Amino acid sequence: MKGRFLEQIMLMLGQAPKKPVEITPEAQKIHKMKRLTKDDFEAMKKHVRDHALEKNTWRNRRWTVLILVNILFTLSFWLDIQILEGALTASRFVGFHLIDLNSALQVMLAHKHIIVNLFIGTATVFLLWAALGGRSFCSWVCPYHLVAELFEKLHLKLVEKKLVTDHEFHRGARTVMWVLFSLLALVTGFTVFETLSPTGILSRALIYGPSLALGWVALLLVFEVVYSRRAWCRYICPIGLTYGAVGVISPVRVVYDLNHCFHEGDCRKVCLVPHVLEVVIKGRSPDVKVPIGPDCTRCGLCVDTCPSGALKFEVKGLNKLL
Amino acid sequence: MSQETESGPAVPAESEAASAPRAKKGGAAPRSNARALEARRRFIRSAVMSTGVVGAGLAGYLPVAAQADNPRLRPPGALDENDFLSSCIKCGQCVQVCPVQAIVLGDITDGFGLGVPHIESREQACDFSCDAVQCILACPTGALVYRKPDFLKIRQGAELAHKPVLKAKANDPEPTLNLIERAGLARLSRPDACLAMQGKGFKGQTRGADFKGQMRYMDVDRWAPIAVADHPYERDLCDLCVTECPIQDAIRLEVTEAADGSKRGVPVVMEQCVGCGVCEMICPVEPTAIVVDSRAVWEGEA
Repeated sequence: MKGRFLEQIMLMLGQAPKKPVEITPEAQKIHKMKRLTKDDFEAMKKHVRDHALEKNTWRNRRWTVLILVNILFTLSFWLDIQILEGALTASRFVGFHLIDLNSALQVMLAHKHIIVNLFIGTATVFLLWAALGGRSFCSWVCPYHLVAELFEKLHLKLVEKKLVTDHEFHRGARTVMWVLFSLLALVTGFTVFETLSPTGILSRALIYGPSLALGWVALLLVFEVVYSRRAWCRYICPIGLTYGAVGVISPVRVVYDLNHCFHEGDCRKVCLVPHVLEVVIKGRSPDVKVPIGPDCTRCGLCVDTCPSGALKFEVKGLNKLL
Repeated sequence: MSQETESGPAVPAESEAASAPRAKKGGAAPRSNARALEARRRFIRSAVMSTGVVGAGLAGYLPVAAQADNPRLRPPGALDENDFLSSCIKCGQCVQVCPVQAIVLGDITDGFGLGVPHIESREQACDFSCDAVQCILACPTGALVYRKPDFLKIRQGAELAHKPVLKAKANDPEPTLNLIERAGLARLSRPDACLAMQGKGFKGQTRGADFKGQMRYMDVDRWAPIAVADHPYERDLCDLCVTECPIQDAIRLEVTEAADGSKRGVPVVMEQCVGCGVCEMICPVEPTAIVVDSRAVWEGEA
């Protein structure tokens, strides 16, 4: 398990997944067992699969939270109930400043002057998402994530009919883009990324009404449907990397249990960031229980999909309480 | 398969020669070669995509450059244009607190100004009916400020002679607005069209029955702005830009009386004009005879 911490960060920054250097004796035993009794293993696998429950528990919870948060923004303005004022880039929750980390970064680098409210709002949001899982911002709050998730279904249908193919990009592109947009903010003095951010555009459109900028969001969705699956979230969005960095220290995570896994890879098929699930490939798990890395958006699709319960949510340190 | 047809020109001659015998045997290029090719294609694709995205982002500068000569009217207390664009976090909290919804957010046609607030005075001016420049209070990043940070100087000519006195607050213990710099300056853009200059009066709804703009009328309700259309006027000599101006000593009407007793008036913009745009909104002439020039500075009475 040593060195995995750094390895997972490198993975998030774009490095290709590696086979484990070291595998614990317990894990080796299970790997071996699975190889030796193939017929029994297949029978067991079929049995579990036949009795697996079709469930969308986490997806439903997540969509509910995402929609409620965004509706709360909208209603706070429309009905003037003033609970969550502002947009996703910056807001006030019953008076307390909340500022999106990536927007804050862009503004700080571009303007080079940090006032108290900006600092307080940024620090609050940092602590909030450090506690709640970093990239869980993406799947539980970001409105573009939900829209892209729905269009992804269309993409997958078209792929199935062989009308389109998924063109992968190098995941390091996102790291490059994060650095480039930070440098651009610093050098040009403009928050260049904010002009492109579908998160900001959608959030503002939901609150302040539709805009021409939605055309750009539509363009991104078309690109994702016909050319590359979930391209914005996977290969471009620097917001994801910013929150991913916060998630490095987050106690909320999905944990993989080798004991329950039949290595069928259904989880990797539904995952937005399948490279974090490299451990589920047969023979790749370095230990019996492996926490999934910081690039995981904690969306729970893998938890819902796994027929044998090998992937579960966990809050580090709170397991005994739960 | 596709590798064989497409790899020809791109793969170095050496590797092609090396792989030739194996390719003959298996009928397909070796797997490692196909992988390397796919990796290279993916890299090129990624480079093209990244360039495209960054290019699209940088294109946001074009509208900013195009608007440089004719800047948008920003809410009161806005930093200088480029500092404003960089410090604004595009959240619209200023939009939410404005009692007359004078503030609107820029669209993608504004480039880097996407989501950045401005005021379309002719449609809905800032009439300070919040009494305290609430938008400045709401701004979380200091893009709208009561007092500029030390490294940003007040533009020459943009500084007000003293804090503006709000007519509505004239009887309050503290009648001023906490503003030291003007957002713009009113200018009689079409003097020939001005009703006062023609000696004409005005009766009825200024801007017509369908006009959506709102304003606070102290004689109606200090805390509830009403539609301008619901407040008809009757003036022997039009002086709406002067009487409806929310700021003291910002504009006056210089009236001259001819020998036959007929009166003509000239609206004169004074140094305390903050550029709120109420005169532009209220002017009954179509198109307006008086406009606010965003970021214009005081150069004496015209």
